[in-house]
Amino acid sequence: MKDLAMHIIDITRNSVRAGASLIGIRLDVYKTEKLLKMTIKDNGCGMDSEMILRVTDPFVTSRTTRKVGLGLPFLKMNAEQTGGALSIQSQPGEGTVVTATFDYSHIDCVPLGDIQGTVALIMSGNPNQDFEFEICKDESVFALKSTEIKDALDGISIANPSVAKMIAEMVDTNLLSDLQ
Amino acid sequence: MAKVKTLDDLRKMKDELKSRISLRENSDNPESLVQVKVSMATCGIASGAKEIMNYFIEEFDSQNIDAVVTQTGCMGYCYAEPTIEVTLPGEKPLVFGNVTFSKASEIIEKYIKEGELVDGIIPDNYETIE
Repeated sequence: MKDLAMHIIDITRNSVRAGASLIGIRLDVYKTEKLLKMTIKDNGCGMDSEMILRVTDPFVTSRTTRKVGLGLPFLKMNAEQTGGALSIQSQPGEGTVVTATFDYSHIDCVPLGDIQGTVALIMSGNPNQDFEFEICKDESVFALKSTEIKDALDGISIANPSVAKMIAEMVDTNLLSDLQ
Repeated sequence: MAKVKTLDDLRKMKDELKSRISLRENSDNPESLVQVKVSMATCGIASGAKEIMNYFIEEFDSQNIDAVVTQTGCMGYCYAEPTIEVTLPGEKPLVFGNVTFSKASEIIEKYIKEGELVDGIIPDNYETIE
């Protein structure tokens, strides 16, 4: 994974596969500590404590199309190589919270990447799930909910290509440009 | 089109968008739309599926093609990523592997517009995931 945006697509796909209907994506930037925290929270099927210990093993996956599952191991690697960490909280039937922390001043930290395009692709590309995206930096917060977008669209599918472009524009103009 | 900054802007844009969509026939019926699913698991993302998905969105938007672009999971063809599934109205879904920008453009111009088959189809009796 070349950047954080790709990890976001990757981990939210896990949530979609877990049958989640609501997925929260949150980025917290702590300027003084040079810390970036990424949290992905879902209300999917969750997993038991034994599975939590095993999911960061690249040879563990719940899918049957192939034998490897690299999404979480890659995220763990990228977080840990900056001195950060990956944590997973989950209960069967309750959903899962994946939190990764990064020291963004570290030379091995991956760039943030195309967050605006990613948010648009996730919201538009999964019309049956709802997403809440939040980015918090010091005092300022930018939040976008796909339910609000669906309401505003009044019947037009969120998967319409023109809508995907509009969401990207919306995030782009509101996103704090000095975040990188 | 004007820039969309807030949800209010989006509400305004929606009317313009609606008038564009309603000009076309049967737009309410998803079966009448071209459906493109981009495989976006770890393997797909690492091979550039995001750029391919963006490309389809840009092309469909600028060429005014009736289509929806969505994400799907790993279809099991990790060796042929980026992989996409294209369903034309009334047709069976087809899976294309190793989709580059030039292949994507060929798929739009030949298969989606003309219904002509192009190279790169993964022949299999596979079933849609998710």
